[in-house]
Amino acid sequence: MVELTLPKNSRYKDVPGRVHKAAVGARNVKAFRIYRFDPSIGERPRIDTFEIDLDSCGPMVLDALLKIKNEVDSSLTFRRSCREGICGSCAMNISGKNSLACTTAIGECKGDVNIFPLPHMEVIKDLVPDLTNFYAQYASVKPWLQTRTPAPPDSERLQSKDDQEKIDGPSACILCACCSTSCPSYWWNSDRYLGPAALLASYRWIVDSRDEATGERLDMLEDPFRLYRCHTIMNCTEACPKDLNPAKAIAEIKKLMVERRH
Amino acid sequence: MSLRSPMGRVLGLGSAKDGTSHWWSTRVTSLALVPLCIWFVVSLYGIDVSDHAAVVHFVRQPINTILLLVLVPIACYHSMLGTQEIVEDYQHDKGRKVLALILLQFLHTLVAVSGLYAVLKVAFGSSL
Repeated sequence: MVELTLPKNSRYKDVPGRVHKAAVGARNVKAFRIYRFDPSIGERPRIDTFEIDLDSCGPMVLDALLKIKNEVDSSLTFRRSCREGICGSCAMNISGKNSLACTTAIGECKGDVNIFPLPHMEVIKDLVPDLTNFYAQYASVKPWLQTRTPAPPDSERLQSKDDQEKIDGPSACILCACCSTSCPSYWWNSDRYLGPAALLASYRWIVDSRDEATGERLDMLEDPFRLYRCHTIMNCTEACPKDLNPAKAIAEIKKLMVERRH
Repeated sequence: MSLRSPMGRVLGLGSAKDGTSHWWSTRVTSLALVPLCIWFVVSLYGIDVSDHAAVVHFVRQPINTILLLVLVPIACYHSMLGTQEIVEDYQHDKGRKVLALILLQFLHTLVAVSGLYAVLKVAFGSSL
């Protein structure tokens, strides 16, 4: 059976976490409960609590993480880069929802802010999940233009405005993995199910009017696991921090699969 | 531990070149089951199910016999498709998965044939 519960040595509730109190005199205090795990030292995971004075902290969850790393515990490990929702690095599970730390306001989180790595992924350290498989899945859909017709010698490959609009949405995916790691089908079958992010990327090229490998792309997805593990749960669309709709893209791919049969 | 590359693992055994037929069959059977189930439930409310003679009379109406003969195999087929999906989702042990899939097919065939036999027996049998 799939492993529905965490292995015994991965349960963080069994290990008391460290508590870092706010400075004396802090008036606007909020607690951040953060998952800590370093597989390299053999300790079990724990939840550390950091009390932060919001009066001396930026408004976003990423600001709080940076403040903790700079001022309280420099060993806290997480990915971040652009701090404006375009790189997808700081994807994590914040107050029960997969989202980007840089675009999630601390004010949106009621009560303590619980921060975990993206669900059901191997943890490299603290909030950093191993995305190797996720990236390989993305590469497997060949996310680039494939054509047989040579490019015009003196111009770009042209596309109508309507056709461009079809790929506007899917092109905006930043590969943060919020969608795939929110999907129960992906949790149980990520070794064979490509997941919403890779399928959205595939759809982006399937509907690209300039691409000439539509059939090969559909052939590659014609599989009970690669595509059809999607059971339209729609957590992906709910989770997407860029307001994209991977669930609809997957449904459109399924429609094309049927269309070419009848 | 496998030293196979991540891409090698993702590509695995390649596309099964199937999946759409299962998905499409699930949709078509569910579409058929919507009116059939509504008809069946409404019909059961319309008769006294504790009255054996009334139920037999209901089954023997030609339209009801035909619809029941349609309902039973479609419901069983739909159930087989759905439970197959559940096994594939959650059962990762190859041996148990194949065993479960085979047993599901046997079980659903048995239930479907039994159901058809029951409907035919009531519809065309002589005793009340």
